[in-house]
Amino acid sequence: MDTHIFKPDLKRPLLSVGALGWLRTNLFSNWFNTLLTLFSLYLIWLVVPPIVKWAIIDADWVGTTRADCTSEGACWVFIKMRFAQFMYGFYPHELRWRVDLTVIAAIVGAAPLFVRAMPRKLIYGAFFLVAYPALAFWLLHGGFLGLVAVPTSQWGGLMLTLVIAVVGIAGAMPLGILLALGRRSDMPAIRVICVTFIEFWRGVPLITVLFMSSVMLPLFLPEHVSIDKLLRALLAVMLFEAAYIAEVVRGGLQAIPKGQYEAAAAMGLGYWRSMGLVILPQALKLVIPGIVNTFIALFKDTSLVIIIGLFDLLNSIHQATVDPAWLGFATEGYVFAALVFWIFCFGMSRYSMSIERRLDRGHKR
Amino acid sequence: MTEKKLESAAGDKLMIRMESVNKWYGEFHVLKDINLDVRQGERIVLCGPSGSGKSTTIRCINRLEEHQAGRIIVDGVELTSDLKQIEAIRREVGMVFQHFNLFPHLTVLENCTLAPMWVRHMPRREAEAVAMHFLERVRIPEQALKYPGQLSGGQQQRVAIARALCMKPAIMLFDEPTSALDPEMVKEVLDTMIELAESGMTMLCVTHEMGFARTVAHRIIFMDRGEIVEQAAPDEFFSNPKSERTRTFLGQILH
Ligand SMILES: Nc1ncnc2c1ncn2[C@@H]1O[C@H](COP(=O)(O)OP(=O)(O)OP(=O)(O)O)[C@@H](O)[C@H]1O
Ligand SMILES: [Mg+2]
Repeated sequence: MDTHIFKPDLKRPLLSVGALGWLRTNLFSNWFNTLLTLFSLYLIWLVVPPIVKWAIIDADWVGTTRADCTSEGACWVFIKMRFAQFMYGFYPHELRWRVDLTVIAAIVGAAPLFVRAMPRKLIYGAFFLVAYPALAFWLLHGGFLGLVAVPTSQWGGLMLTLVIAVVGIAGAMPLGILLALGRRSDMPAIRVICVTFIEFWRGVPLITVLFMSSVMLPLFLPEHVSIDKLLRALLAVMLFEAAYIAEVVRGGLQAIPKGQYEAAAAMGLGYWRSMGLVILPQALKLVIPGIVNTFIALFKDTSLVIIIGLFDLLNSIHQATVDPAWLGFATEGYVFAALVFWIFCFGMSRYSMSIERRLDRGHKR
Repeated sequence: MTEKKLESAAGDKLMIRMESVNKWYGEFHVLKDINLDVRQGERIVLCGPSGSGKSTTIRCINRLEEHQAGRIIVDGVELTSDLKQIEAIRREVGMVFQHFNLFPHLTVLENCTLAPMWVRHMPRREAEAVAMHFLERVRIPEQALKYPGQLSGGQQQRVAIARALCMKPAIMLFDEPTSALDPEMVKEVLDTMIELAESGMTMLCVTHEMGFARTVAHRIIFMDRGEIVEQAAPDEFFSNPKSERTRTFLGQILH
């Protein structure tokens, strides 16, 4: 009888070697690609050198007034001089350490959550989610326990942008999940409420919502009742984004096979435990790209609060550019705004990619 | 398949009673007047052509499907729309599915400890000890820290069996546990089920593995078009089927 002889494992062949090989396969593989590559190089040559020249080579970096900006290029002195205002708005100078401390507390407090091997992460996370907002409110707003109150009308700049974005995200996420579950509920009343809510908020532009919250809402409220302007904006952003998150999450819920629901039910896990332990962890993982997409949009939409007179980062910059002392430097201001927004949005995007990669392990074959 | 027969007899205690159970999907009458008593330790195999209502019958027992008429009493508790009672019954009834339905985001061990910890409120250590015990019984303790996606179909189904056993159920339901498996993996799962049968578990099993049925079943139930057409002990069922319909069916699946 013949015995079959198995072939030995071979090393996988290398396709191309070195930088030259890479260039050949990726940029110059045929005449069309070569043409595209050359055209792209031409475009880069057209665009990049003037930008570098304006932003770096010809730019003014030192000085304190507009008189120091004498060259052709950008006047970064303007950004430097107004930097504090862009960060803190009209938050009193001597109290700005409170804002810094809030940010530091967020970083220090959240750090353990990113340590993989940390024990009791869930309990700590829950504690952080409850304790941090209270701490942040105390530090930023104050008015009790020995801190002087800083009314929200003095908040501004990047700090205000971050407050709106973070509160919006932290509020929209749980509310959105509940709405998504409600929309798939067996109970008709709950379903109708959730569908109505979602479709209402999705149907109106955020700018209208903000406008109504500051112009129309006071008309319906009794004379002496007034709700903080920032609080109204926060609520508007939160409810608005929750509707979007709800639809994203619902997409994830629908992608989970019926067998998962049945297996969870058959074990005697009730509704909430089935959802919390089995369905949502899988569904949310699936929709991370959609959720982050919504959050990035939310972050950029915070600049719409300009319509109700809040001084977020963009509005602070806008105000500075119309200051007679610094007229004519709008370009520098908006380039700076774009850069800050881009850093945050790009950060979110990269972070979501890393979460996806991490959670992916073991799920696929 | 071995020709040896398991001799352990069924007890007297009534574990499941289905009294004239009827069920409709819309206008379609899926279950017609199902009457079935299962005693403690009894092992029942349900068979029948596709679409005859086998799955629906056993899924009614843990209320994955709702019946519209008749009564189902499991371990002394009647299934009504009362959620508390449904959950009480589901704690006592383990189920194994055709497509395993393991939770892909949890490790094998976490799959097994989830319900004991969250439903029975067992401390983690104890739940893990129980899980390892049952993973050893289905002979895959070394896979405990892997994810379901990293296991073969046969291994996944054995994990699913261990997962159900971790709740220490009084009754086990199997819905075609081997029909999604490659032939070479069928045996490892059937062996696990035979061992479980030896331990005296009350089992209801939908399967077309007639060798298995012959070895372990006390009773074989043949269903067609939503009705129980015939039920008998295996010897009787295979050698001397009463109805013409049963005979045709057996002719088809036994060649
Ligand atoms: N959700 C549903 N809605 C409508 N009809 C259904 C539904 N589920 C099952 N049916 C129908 O009910 C009948 C019985 O289904 P059931 O799954 O119990 O059959 P089965 O005996 O388990 O068949 P198989 O051997 O193919 O698994 C089939 O005709 C099926 O088409
Ligand atoms: Mg079936």
